[in-house]
Amino acid sequence: MPLPTRYPRSPMAWVTAAMLASLVVLALAGPLLWGAAADRPDPSAVLQGPSAAHPFGTDSLGRDLLARVLTATRPSLLLALAATAIGAGTGILLGASTAVVGRRTRRLLAGLINLLLAFPALLVAMFLAVVFGAGAGGATLALAVAGVPGFARLAQTLAAAVAGTDHLASARVLGLRRHRLLWRHVLPNIAEPLLLSATTAAGTSLVALSGLSFLGLGVQPPGYDWGQLLNQGLDRIYAQPLPALAPGLAILYAALTFQLLGEVLAGGVARRGPAPRAPRQPVAPSGPAEDGLVLQVEGLSVELPTPDGVIRPVRGVGLSLRPGEIVGLVGESGSGKSLTALAIADLLPERALVSHRTLRLLGADLGAMTPAQREHHLATGLAMVFQNPATALNPSLRIATQLTETVRAHRGASRAQALAEASDALRRVALPPALLRARPLQLSGGQRQRVMIASGLMVRPGLIIADEPTTALDVTVQRQITRLLSEIRRDTSAAVLFISHDVALVGEFCERVLVMYAGTIVETLPADRLATGTRHPYTRALVESVPDLTADRDRPLPTVEGALPEPLAPAPGCPFEPRCPRRRDHCAEETPPLEDLDAVHRVACWYPVAAEVVAS
Amino acid sequence: MTALQLTGLTVRHHGPRGPVAAVDGVSLEIPPGTTLGLVGESGSGKSSLARAIVGLTPVHGGRVLLDGREVRARTVGDRRRLGRLVQIVLQDPDTALDPRMTVRQTLGEAATAFHRLDRQARAERVTALLELVGLNPRFADRLPRQLSGGQRQRVAVARALAVEPGLLIADEITSALDVSVQASVLNTIRGLQRRLGLSMLFIGHNLPAVCYVSDAVAVMRHGRIVETAPTEALLRDPRHPYTRTLLASVPSLRTSLPDERPS
Amino acid sequence: MSLPHLLRNPWTAFLGRRTARLLLSLGVVLTASFAMIRLVPGDPVRAALGVDASPALVAARRHQLGLDAPFLSQYRHYLDGLVHGDLGSSLVTGTPVAELVRTRLPATLEIAGLAFLVTLAVALPCGLLAAVRTRDGRHPRSELAFTVVTAGLAGVPDFVLAAGLTALLAVGLQLLPVAGAAGAESFVLPVLALSLAPTAVLVRIVRVEALKVLSEDYMRTARSKRLSPTRRYLRHAAPNMATAALTVAGSLLPALIAGTVLVEKVFAWPGIGSALAQSVVTQDYPVVQAMVLILGTTVLLAGLLVDVLLALLDPRSAIRES
Repeated sequence: MPLPTRYPRSPMAWVTAAMLASLVVLALAGPLLWGAAADRPDPSAVLQGPSAAHPFGTDSLGRDLLARVLTATRPSLLLALAATAIGAGTGILLGASTAVVGRRTRRLLAGLINLLLAFPALLVAMFLAVVFGAGAGGATLALAVAGVPGFARLAQTLAAAVAGTDHLASARVLGLRRHRLLWRHVLPNIAEPLLLSATTAAGTSLVALSGLSFLGLGVQPPGYDWGQLLNQGLDRIYAQPLPALAPGLAILYAALTFQLLGEVLAGGVARRGPAPRAPRQPVAPSGPAEDGLVLQVEGLSVELPTPDGVIRPVRGVGLSLRPGEIVGLVGESGSGKSLTALAIADLLPERALVSHRTLRLLGADLGAMTPAQREHHLATGLAMVFQNPATALNPSLRIATQLTETVRAHRGASRAQALAEASDALRRVALPPALLRARPLQLSGGQRQRVMIASGLMVRPGLIIADEPTTALDVTVQRQITRLLSEIRRDTSAAVLFISHDVALVGEFCERVLVMYAGTIVETLPADRLATGTRHPYTRALVESVPDLTADRDRPLPTVEGALPEPLAPAPGCPFEPRCPRRRDHCAEETPPLEDLDAVHRVACWYPVAAEVVAS
Repeated sequence: MTALQLTGLTVRHHGPRGPVAAVDGVSLEIPPGTTLGLVGESGSGKSSLARAIVGLTPVHGGRVLLDGREVRARTVGDRRRLGRLVQIVLQDPDTALDPRMTVRQTLGEAATAFHRLDRQARAERVTALLELVGLNPRFADRLPRQLSGGQRQRVAVARALAVEPGLLIADEITSALDVSVQASVLNTIRGLQRRLGLSMLFIGHNLPAVCYVSDAVAVMRHGRIVETAPTEALLRDPRHPYTRTLLASVPSLRTSLPDERPS
Repeated sequence: MSLPHLLRNPWTAFLGRRTARLLLSLGVVLTASFAMIRLVPGDPVRAALGVDASPALVAARRHQLGLDAPFLSQYRHYLDGLVHGDLGSSLVTGTPVAELVRTRLPATLEIAGLAFLVTLAVALPCGLLAAVRTRDGRHPRSELAFTVVTAGLAGVPDFVLAAGLTALLAVGLQLLPVAGAAGAESFVLPVLALSLAPTAVLVRIVRVEALKVLSEDYMRTARSKRLSPTRRYLRHAAPNMATAALTVAGSLLPALIAGTVLVEKVFAWPGIGSALAQSVVTQDYPVVQAMVLILGTTVLLAGLLVDVLLALLDPRSAIRES
């Protein structure tokens, strides 16, 4: 049975396909080829061990056990598949319908599923098999019923995820009827994981059905399946292990086949070459140091291997910060601004390849250090503040632990000393030291971000990189955080690199602004030139597309049409060229370098926008 | 064109310590053909309010009146009556569209929710809807994952408009978008207001964006409306201290005076 | 504490809800076990006594079992008996079933409890280690091996494993006792057979949970603080995956208890499970009924225990649920 081409053709997939094919062939041909031999008693060869004529030996009537095991493939598989199909079908409908029925019915159904789930399927199956009467039909039905709650719960969970999506809410508001919601919107979106678990469940059913037969509740003589054969042979296990175990091996083989099939379908065994690992960079000393810089970065690039190829989300970025300076790094999603920050802080996943001409923090060359030295230098020289304070703090540790662990690890501070410093740090960000005993969940969003900043201050860093620190916060809290960062760099002379998508916010409280587009810096300028003095067409469009409170409501907002360049196949020339209203032929041929316009303003554009005459 | 009136609307959620009023006795009015902006910070109850109007969240008190008639959303029949009058567009561009349906299927399903349309009429309707939201009709056969976030949100707007509702609720539809993309969605909304004369409830936390598309603005905090005023009046002369705080918190490149800083 | 105050206390609410659910489930078990003997096809008394038993004897035994009384009064009688510790007596041997339960329940609890502890002790550290080794696409070959091996082990049926272990270790190599409960070594094989598949299932889930935790923002924060790997994994990651891992482990417990039926049969382990297996074959319905009741109740109580432990460990999630 060839696998669909979208599943990876790994060796494991082929092995699984072969195992599955062998089961199918045995189920189809087994009874025809060996059925007669399996039922032929031979009083002269009763309970024999393995021999050339009977590789697995014979049973108490002298019937050939190999033939019986092979012939039993069909009933064992068929009954298991029937039980799975009935159980899965019923369970899925029951579970998925919870997403489209009314509140009260949903609660009732959920309660019912919960109640049934409290009992293990095997126990329920045993009970029902007793009630339905021992036999193949009763056992199959019992197993099907016992499987319903499991499938119902899975379908319920998956359907709840679909029910929470905006498109299902919209479909409800459109007044679509319930059966349409169920069949058109819920079931297609949960079919794939359900199919997967049905595959694994078929294996489980086969085992459980064998178990019932093993207990004498399943297939009854003169019929037989693997479980019953195992039961009949079990007493012989002391004398002749192979005849006793042969049916068990068949059960094991089938169970493994279904398990592996589930893995193959889930893509869990896709062919994996060695991970595309970045070759460890040779230790390369950085370019000449410039005096008095907190951070000096030149030619920073990041390459990320993806399943479709290597992308370069950061391409030759250079930036520098002086003590006490607050610099904004602005860009839209996909511009590479956060990756730039993570690359500077050496926090990218191992598979990312970072290269740079110069990378100096507080004057020391990070490129020339051993890994241990670099870790220590970064730990004490740099603090990071991340976007979402709700997830950036560890929910199960107290604030005290999260504040003190850095100084204890890197400066060998005693516990008491670290706690005293932590109280000071909290006071510095206008929080009461009593919060040391709190856990993050007891704090508001703004408080949590203050704690993050306090945690950064503990090491007395020379540079604070704040990656979208206010994006997850409300606008009134945002103001407090930006004010706090301004005060800190004034009091401690730490430099702050403030990363944001919000050009208005950056323009308001930073001194200098770097604008990123598609992995490169396209313009650097003093913040007060943002409103009217931008020279790069992208920066200008970005600034103008932000509505402000004084925007003329009768004029459409300027927009940037088009999309970011395809990261896998970057075209030569200026990355903004396809979207640029001012593009000319030259733009598509050669990438413009970032060049000085004046002492404080640089732009990467062949044909910069003319500076507006500002009446000031 | 539909008028919306809310009187004493209350919505409760289950909190860890018993029920919490997410919307606490809110009264609002949207005259036909106008747009009311609703701003508030996270947790202020603005989304619960929107969902309650369209029947996605149960109402625990007060009334929702559309063109003076009270609406309910208890049965599928109620829902269908309500759906003809009000439609909603939600926040998340990632889940706004069914990932397994093409734009044509999505819009076709919405267009035939209340009337039968033959093949030809349906195709024309899909084209017309896409043009209405400023999308090229060749997008019709794309799947959601082949569209950008802004394009998906515009398809979601087109789907809501497919049943020709009198009132459109936009719940944070630009929050997850980049600013340059947000601008194009806001332009689309402005265009629709002019061409269709829709009544609209435009909800957001970004005050400038909300003001840009609204005739009047209501400010919501802790489940209550603290101030409602025509947009110009609210910007010129905010009465409530919270409104003033909000206005003062909005960063702006143009209001801060360039000559305050050395250049 | 006043009553309304008490009712609003999240802990009271949690315990109240959980107890109500337990009582409801217990009701289901009771009713099912009671109804079972009345639902089985044919005449169970006749079946147990054999075809040649005289009609008088059958009638007498039916009367003795109370099967000729009206349905509701039978139910009342059944519950009444349970309250007084009377579970009826075996149709075959005539011994009181309560006696059987008393002698056999401890043996079952011992192997099930031990198997559960082994599962936890192996799966939690191994899952975390596997996650650390294979996080963000590292060591893809290890990941493949892990996936294939655990999938394979998870698919091994416990009773087949039990038979195989017996053949190999007990009969073949004669390292361990073949059957019965005598001494510490006799526990090895049943516990191994019971815990292998649940361990394989749990270790996979623990790895997935651990990978989820490792990709959380706070783990990046920990890395940005340049903390040692030991501290990051044990102090920052482990506590956050404990609840999820134990919840899943708890959900495996009922299946593990049910698995004792088949495994005990293979090892002739003197527990509830082998008694159930035996009585099913001999159609000794009062015993089947009682064993189903006892196993069902054990499962429910184990579930309650797990939930309460989880609530103590992580009050937030338990209370949020209720």
